[in-house]
Amino acid sequence: MAECHPVGFQWVMEAKARGAKVFHIDPRFTRTSAMADAHLPIRAGSDIVLLGALINHVLKGAHDFREYVLAYTNASAIISEDFRDTEDLDGLFSGFQADNASYDPASWSYEGEDVPREREEQARGGRVHAGSASADQYGSGGPSAHPTPHTDPTLTDRRCVYQLLAYHFARYTPKLVEELCGIPRADFQRLANAIVANSGRERTTAWVYSVGWTQHTVGAQYIRAASILQLLLGNIGRPGGGILALRGHASIQGSTDIPTLFNILPGYMPMPHAELHETLEDYLGYAAGDTGFWGNKRSYLVSLLKAWWGDSATADNDFRFGYMPRITGDHGTYATVFGQIDGTVKGYFVIGENPAVGSAGGRAQRLGLANLDWLVVRDLVPIETATFWKDGPEIETGELRTADIGTEVFFLPAASHVEKEGTFTQTQRLLQWREKAVEPPGDCRSDLWFYYHLGKLLRERAGDTEMDAPLRDLTWDYPEEGEHADPSAEAVLREINGTGPDGRALSSYLDLAPDGSTRCGCWIYCGVFADEVNQAARRKPGREQSLVAPEWGWAWPLNRRILYNRASADPQGRPWSERKSYIVWDPDRREWTGPDVPDFEKDKPPDYVPPPGATAQAAIAGDAPFIMQTDGKGWLFAPAGLADGPLPTHYEPDESPVPNTLYGTRASPARKTYRRPDNPANPVAGTRFPYVLTTYRLTEHHTAGGMSRSLAHLAELQPEMFCEVSPQLAAELGLDNGGWATIITSRAAIEARVLVSARVRPLRVAGRTVHQIGVPYHWGWAGGGLVTGDAANDLLGIVLDPNVYIQESKAATCDVLPGRRPRGAALRALIEEYRRE
Amino acid sequence: MSERVGFFTDTSVCIGCKACEVACKEWNDVPDDGFVFRATSYDNTGGLGASTWRHVAFIEDFTERGDRWLMSSDVCKHCTHAACLDVCPTGALFRTEFDTIVVQADICNGCGYCVPACPYGVIDRREDDGRAWKCTLCYDRLRDGLEPACAKACPTDSIQFGPLEELRERAAERLATLHEAGVAEARLYGERPDDGVGGDGAFFLLLDEPEVYGLPPDPVVTTRDLPSMWLWAGAAAVSMAAACFGAFARGPRR
Repeated sequence: MAECHPVGFQWVMEAKARGAKVFHIDPRFTRTSAMADAHLPIRAGSDIVLLGALINHVLKGAHDFREYVLAYTNASAIISEDFRDTEDLDGLFSGFQADNASYDPASWSYEGEDVPREREEQARGGRVHAGSASADQYGSGGPSAHPTPHTDPTLTDRRCVYQLLAYHFARYTPKLVEELCGIPRADFQRLANAIVANSGRERTTAWVYSVGWTQHTVGAQYIRAASILQLLLGNIGRPGGGILALRGHASIQGSTDIPTLFNILPGYMPMPHAELHETLEDYLGYAAGDTGFWGNKRSYLVSLLKAWWGDSATADNDFRFGYMPRITGDHGTYATVFGQIDGTVKGYFVIGENPAVGSAGGRAQRLGLANLDWLVVRDLVPIETATFWKDGPEIETGELRTADIGTEVFFLPAASHVEKEGTFTQTQRLLQWREKAVEPPGDCRSDLWFYYHLGKLLRERAGDTEMDAPLRDLTWDYPEEGEHADPSAEAVLREINGTGPDGRALSSYLDLAPDGSTRCGCWIYCGVFADEVNQAARRKPGREQSLVAPEWGWAWPLNRRILYNRASADPQGRPWSERKSYIVWDPDRREWTGPDVPDFEKDKPPDYVPPPGATAQAAIAGDAPFIMQTDGKGWLFAPAGLADGPLPTHYEPDESPVPNTLYGTRASPARKTYRRPDNPANPVAGTRFPYVLTTYRLTEHHTAGGMSRSLAHLAELQPEMFCEVSPQLAAELGLDNGGWATIITSRAAIEARVLVSARVRPLRVAGRTVHQIGVPYHWGWAGGGLVTGDAANDLLGIVLDPNVYIQESKAATCDVLPGRRPRGAALRALIEEYRRE
Repeated sequence: MSERVGFFTDTSVCIGCKACEVACKEWNDVPDDGFVFRATSYDNTGGLGASTWRHVAFIEDFTERGDRWLMSSDVCKHCTHAACLDVCPTGALFRTEFDTIVVQADICNGCGYCVPACPYGVIDRREDDGRAWKCTLCYDRLRDGLEPACAKACPTDSIQFGPLEELRERAAERLATLHEAGVAEARLYGERPDDGVGGDGAFFLLLDEPEVYGLPPDPVVTTRDLPSMWLWAGAAAVSMAAACFGAFARGPRR
């Protein structure tokens, strides 16, 4: 965190100054480790073993926060008797279909549950579901499950979730942690004791993660494992608790809320699927559950359609639901790249990314770019993605010739963050408005300007055909400002916020209506323009308000700073302890109160019992804090929604030098693979690729370097691509500190300067020594950079988590040779040689 | 004259982000110092110089007694007895109303006397223009009532700016807290007015011997002996003159 989020890390330092204990679990000893009370070096890709062992430690020692667990989680729910655990099936859950490597989750459901329609869809082989990253669509809520499952409050039934957990994780022991993670038993014990001692009524523990947890073929399950642990310890929805996701860079949270992803609409509503969602009714039937706050999905979607198609959207025409584009399967970034190579994708917009350097499988990325008809790149400097055709690595090796590349490249200079106004949404869901400090120079323009004027040009060209109707009818009428006719970003924010029948800005998503009388561009952002005031622009200093600081920016939803904060009170609405008091039920005023906005209906009493057949929020009991879930419970066991199992299970990364000693199933059986000649995988057996490779970032640079390699004051701080190796490995291979090394996978061979450091430590794993090599990925061969270097992402293969389609960048295998890499055709020959063996 | 101000750099909370180096260069328009991979932990800056006025040192200390990665942001010490100031023949170096030491670039003639005079090796001449450069403690910002850029940018308050007396109190408190917490190796550096430079305007809390961070253990103002040297030189001149006079007065002997 100190390494990649130094500004946010100040709060960890402040917590530390107040007595917090900081444990840092990371393959490397980083700047965070330097500040931590303890650093636990871990083998990249083995975290579920560690988290599973912590879960096992909590269960075995009965350290769970029993009242919290009983009342707020699904620990007591009874699961279908058809369910079989990975313990029974040697690493598979019941429902696995080998022919398409996906799960039919029917057997994971609550006992006696009628299979909802959505589940039918999944049950049809899971193909459509898994094939379009549907598991990612649940976003802030969850898939539907029965709102009132059978339960065993004694937690003794062998089919209740609690017992299933105990059974599933029984073999995740400190000994296994030592064996697979490389963490000594004593260190594990210290960690386990600390989190148990620091959880319960009086205390809370927080977990903080970033892409070190997500960029794995089991990335979503890493987070699930942390969720289970935190729910068992009662650390969710309470001050000082939680699982804090640090996003990759500024406003990545915003780009999932108002998504740049292919599979979701604003506010985590699923993108309509061509085969399933012909009409609005079809869509609403499938998407999410009917109970909990997703029960209002009609209001959210109809308001979105009204925001987009205005007066033309009416009840008679399904509010123009038919105008909405449909997905037909996997349209993720990597599928798009393979589509480019195969000639099915002809054009490509690249905005604020540098995939030729920054995405896994660099060579595949560039082969795709070289096979396009046209490519638009908008960035601050001419990044490698815009110049690959004249100076890319494939030009050097002779694999591609500039004269043969037909891609027409349009490079458009972009305005930087200080040259445009708008919001950033950060990791805490906090929207912060930024003013424009200076006008962008020359032809540089904001992305908002670009899309708005592109839209205007396209609308001018729209004909009167049916195909062009969605474009013609689109609301596209933002006020223009300044000499370049910039659209007003505040007007866009206000449209996202939404307006009521009177045209005034709405103040809450509770006001959204299903009948088309309200408009809202993103239901979870409703309220950011409450009272016609840009709430995101608020800058009241923290010292002038409460510790929660509700008047600094605006957090979705409804300015809540801690989600599910109903859980900070006990089932009766009293604080768990005075020390951790946050949101409580005031029996006199009959409302929830506290320093934050209650994440619960303000006047719903703790003893509220939903009447039979209730829907939406009315179906959520007064003591059920997880209001987005159909049953209002925190899910220790996920009866639906995940593509790779209801419980986290340790699988080895797609490439790893050690076997999975837990199960016969080595790697995640449901991981998403693209086995093609342009995306080879290192063999798992044999000794050709004996080392663990992990990629990461440094404080001094920004992602693929487009914003830092061109700035002298940053570039000089880390001026060359390097790799970090332990003194032991350096001695073994003859690597000199400050010298050169060549790192090889079956995809690429790159060179890097060598940094020998005791901060990288060989680990004992599965009875042998495992060496890890760390490579930052900030460099590329050009990019307007003052400093250049080979791209680490060229080394990685493309293999994805099946839930969210993120690539496995954090763990792969490689070989290392001393010295610089060969040049020209000899480079391909070296890689071919490795692939043959 | 205003109250004396300075820096207290508490290295025990430095996370090595180098925001101070970047903020300093941005504000003061200091050019890059070359793009050299030094293979010295994460330090590719090397040390303070004409084009580096804040330098973050990274010391990897992995031994039996524990794993430590020490980070520390070094800067001009703005000495009470500043030798650079003493030797400057043009008056380019001067003591400001904040009791800080600043080089005036438009007066400096590049003679370089100040360079060997600095007991810390801070001030340095820029190769391309020959003039001497160093930290100004953001003199222009101070005059506008702002804190220096490095302190402003530091996310963990490792670099603290303020009236020197107040900083010394704060440092003593911090030291006591660390000692109480069992960090016996914590110590202050440069805070004592009775040291060889009369105390630093920029002092530090270190977690090891100063040499570990590349700091001189017992710096002495290099011009300390100048008065006595002049005295000795004068005495020598007097005795030489006396000898000559004596020789002539007596006249040659046969």
